Amino acid sequence: MLEVDHLTVRHGYLQALTEISLTVAPGETLAIIGANGAGKSTLLRSIIGLHQPRAGSIRLEGRDITGLPPHARVREGIALVPEGRRLFPSLSVEENLLVGQASGRPGGYGLDVVYHLFSWMADRRWEPTVHLSGGEQQAVAIGRALMANPKVLLLDELSLGLAPTMVRRIYGVLPELVAKGMAVLLVEQDVTQALRIANRFQCLLEGRTTLEGKPADATTAKIEAAYFGLAGRSGPGSAA
Amino acid sequence: MNWANAIVQGILLGGLYALFAVFGYGVQRLIIQKSLEVSPLTTLLVTFGLSVVIQNLLLVAASADSHSFDLGSLISASMRVTPELSIGYVPLLIFVTAVVVLSGLQLFLSRTAMGRAIRASADDQEASSIAGVDTRHVFGIAAAIAFATVALAGLALGSSSSFDPSAGPARLIFAFEAVIIGGVGSLWGTLAGGVILGVAQAVGAQIDPSGGVLAGHLVFLAVLALRPQGLIRARLAT
Repeated sequence: MLEVDHLTVRHGYLQALTEISLTVAPGETLAIIGANGAGKSTLLRSIIGLHQPRAGSIRLEGRDITGLPPHARVREGIALVPEGRRLFPSLSVEENLLVGQASGRPGGYGLDVVYHLFSWMADRRWEPTVHLSGGEQQAVAIGRALMANPKVLLLDELSLGLAPTMVRRIYGVLPELVAKGMAVLLVEQDVTQALRIANRFQCLLEGRTTLEGKPADATTAKIEAAYFGLAGRSGPGSAA
Repeated sequence: MNWANAIVQGILLGGLYALFAVFGYGVQRLIIQKSLEVSPLTTLLVTFGLSVVIQNLLLVAASADSHSFDLGSLISASMRVTPELSIGYVPLLIFVTAVVVLSGLQLFLSRTAMGRAIRASADDQEASSIAGVDTRHVFGIAAAIAFATVALAGLALGSSSSFDPSAGPARLIFAFEAVIIGGVGSLWGTLAGGVILGVAQAVGAQIDPSGGVLAGHLVFLAVLALRPQGLIRARLAT
């Protein structure tokens, strides 16, 4: 469904991503793990169109979307839950969700579905989002992304700054989305959490893929080596 | 003035506002958007430059003479409320128009999808773009509304007092003061700020015929010193 092909992204003189390739299929969850500065967020931001790549391409269901601006990519069926949630402080909970419909993409997700997914939300729909806890804000950010009826959902550091129980509850909604055929690409610093939820994972180090495979096949030692770059940097390895 | 004439005039005025709106959208998309993507300072320089260009074009086209719209006998018509107090029809009409326009803007911003997109983009442009909002189009629409409102305000100003090509900057200071007194980001605060500024200028002029503008500035400075966030705090600001 989503194919990223040899993507290279630079921030000024800094090479943030070097020839990253990945694919995510419908109903599949791919986790990108890696340390701070490995390029995880840059990868998601490039897929939604906030960074223009130096080289490489991004395709959605075979269509090349590399040159499209972010709002046009949302219309094509990609949505991002950004790092730090980025809700609109002067809008209410419901207004934040409704902005997610701006692309006009038709589909099964509307206010009622989001309120069903997060049952507390309907009662607090008129509150400003600054009154919500971090976990509740994260839920609104996910709801806003779902309102765009994406085929591919990008999740950037959902667990950041949240209590462990809250993290489990937030990740608890993912299986329901994936079961309906949504493709999920998530970036996560909490490796254990990421490997628990994902079908496949890819480990980044300094903008390159150092390890990829299925969570069941990867040993802790291999992941640690790929995560910290202990195994030398001879190119992508394979856990399988 | 007969009714048919009034309706025709109204339609023509609507055309003028639409023209300004289209012009505003174009200026935003073709000139200001480019500068926004560079830096806020560039936007400041570009719009300042535009104001100089416009003033000089007006100077060439319309000379430096002072003008005002000829409203015939309407300009001096007024109703007597008490023997001491009479209200002119033109100022009253302008005030009612301001209230209607602000109510309309308030409704538009709070109830429509475009209004929501404008507020979201004002909060966080990048976040609204990844939520699917075409922020350049939204900025263009906001500029179109601003230009149409300015056209209306210009007509009101031209009907109630005289103007010349260099009259803009002085008016800009009053508009700026009204916004600051009322509170940045609050529509009704701006109306309240305008009223306070107007009353201060009128009362000041009553005390000393040349002290009106000074009194307005003093009230503005007092608000800036004592309540810098303005009288009405913008809704839900963090």
